[in-house]
Amino acid sequence: MSRKLSTGVTYGVLMIAAAVMCFPVLFSLALSFSDLNDILKGDYIPSSLNFANYINAFQTQPLLHYMLNSAIVGVLSTALQILFALLAAYAIVFIEFRAKKIIFLVMMATMMIPGEVLVITNFQTMRSWDFLNTYQGLILPGLASTFGIFLFRQNMMQIPLELKEASTVAGVSEFGFFWKIVAPMVMNTVVTLAIYFFLVSWNSYMWPLLSTTEDTVRTVQIGLRQLKNTEAVSDYGMMAAGAMVTSLPTLLLIFFGQKRLQEGMTKGAIK
Amino acid sequence: MSKIEIRDLTKSYDGKINILEGIDLDVNEGEFYVLVGPSGCGKSTLLRIIAGLEQITAGTLKIDGQVANQMLPKDRNLSMVFQNYALYPHMTVKDNILFGLDVRKVPKDEQLRRLDEAAEMLGLSQYLKRKPRELSGGQRQRVALARSVCSQSPICLMDEPLSNLDAKLRGQMRNEIRRLQKQLGLTVIYVTHDQVEAMTMGDRIMVLHGGKIQQTGTPLELYNCPANTFVAGFIGSPQMNLCQAKLTEQGLVLENDLVIPLTLEERRNLPQGTRWQIGVRAEQIEPASPAQEGTCLVYAASTEMMGNETQVLFRVGDVLFTARWAGQYMIDPGQRLHIRLSADDFHFFDLDKGSLVRPALHIKGQAALTA
Repeated sequence: MSRKLSTGVTYGVLMIAAAVMCFPVLFSLALSFSDLNDILKGDYIPSSLNFANYINAFQTQPLLHYMLNSAIVGVLSTALQILFALLAAYAIVFIEFRAKKIIFLVMMATMMIPGEVLVITNFQTMRSWDFLNTYQGLILPGLASTFGIFLFRQNMMQIPLELKEASTVAGVSEFGFFWKIVAPMVMNTVVTLAIYFFLVSWNSYMWPLLSTTEDTVRTVQIGLRQLKNTEAVSDYGMMAAGAMVTSLPTLLLIFFGQKRLQEGMTKGAIK
Repeated sequence: MSKIEIRDLTKSYDGKINILEGIDLDVNEGEFYVLVGPSGCGKSTLLRIIAGLEQITAGTLKIDGQVANQMLPKDRNLSMVFQNYALYPHMTVKDNILFGLDVRKVPKDEQLRRLDEAAEMLGLSQYLKRKPRELSGGQRQRVALARSVCSQSPICLMDEPLSNLDAKLRGQMRNEIRRLQKQLGLTVIYVTHDQVEAMTMGDRIMVLHGGKIQQTGTPLELYNCPANTFVAGFIGSPQMNLCQAKLTEQGLVLENDLVIPLTLEERRNLPQGTRWQIGVRAEQIEPASPAQEGTCLVYAASTEMMGNETQVLFRVGDVLFTARWAGQYMIDPGQRLHIRLSADDFHFFDLDKGSLVRPALHIKGQAALTA
């Protein structure tokens, strides 16, 4: 009896939490199909499916172009972040060198520095290299992921050292061992991190805002911001439509990657 | 040619404590050489030095007459089998076996030929497409061996390859490895902490303790003539009974407790001195009847019934002795036992240094060896 009750309470709480979290999304979805006049009157439930807001959003701003930019930046930065994190973690786990522990600790300590603090120096560096308004400028500052290094390190520490020694005796090179043995063995973490890195990149706002001023390289989150009219009443329906479109890739990624995401995160954390 | 020669080798990690010291070793071509000792004795380190996975602190290592101190592992032309098999979990059995052959530039058809041969030899033909986790412990062990066979290296190093297997399988694999070694004419250096493996598999054995060589020799040399008390206690199962002995008028007194009467002949055969450590094998302690002369009386502490034989434990002073009698003896704890011990069957060791002063004059069952 009490067990049934506690299950009931659990589900009740979960449902309320789910409703609270889904509300903004559902609200935007409703708005994206509504007429601006209805919205301003406080009439949030659309009477019919009206795609005018979507058409409007695409006409006002080059959203597709922004999405393409975001995709380019996202894919490149994800791939490179994974590669560098893999290599760094490999070195920390499998190669002996001086002050290894201290170097690793310093790396980990950087996780405690908030990204915002680094913005000024990053901006100055990118400006001095003439990388503002370029893809390089968008990608470069985020390429070293301490979090990624940490997760890969934890993962690689579970690989028995004998596997490396067997490779050494067989005459396989250091890179051969990394590429043929270690990388495939941490594939789960690679997938998890790739999804995570891509989402972070796709959703990033501050750095793209600071480092781009031209439409050619601008990413989607900035484009979204530009749908907001600062002078007059904003077209909320159009903004909602834009938000829906831009969050579609992330939703799909999470939907299809959720299981791998969960697996990888807990695997790295628990073991 | 696949000889290994080590001269005066020292290994130290911190420059202060020597993990290995004064190691001399000669392994002949086609020989099955066993390094045995308790854990932490340096036997695995020695093997890893031969493999090139550890650096030498001092001394020389020669492979085929060539100094190999700085030679890269891949140039040493050897294969290695690890305790945990070192199989790659994401690869199939086939890829695991052939791993490394690409690097050595072995042509594809030659690789497949070797694969077939090795799989056939080890009964793995039907498992080639499986992943290691779908195999039993014994099968994984065979995959590791097959990899070694496929590499066609004349020298194979094995680091406790059987210690993860259950007792029955271990016995089976012991034979299999030995058969494989003979068939392929491999030079094998085999590390184990299990003296049974050492005795049954080795052409020659090196006993290591505390980073130093205790004794090298054939299994029977070690058994019949242990160089010191450590080897005496380490080789043989059940363990050799070791205790202190003092020569008195009545005879040899063990642990100030048990008096062993001596015949004139036995007294003449004693080494110089009056105090020693002595060792006596469990099978040299024989049951006797009270009527016989020259017997001793002890009280049984417990027995271990094996079915084909009975191991009787009794106390001599503070030392627990084991006697091993063929047949099934029903003995209760505390029961009086008459036993027969001859000083001629004792190994005598120096009291302080523990080194052998005089080996046993009779080894039970030795007649069978010459027959």
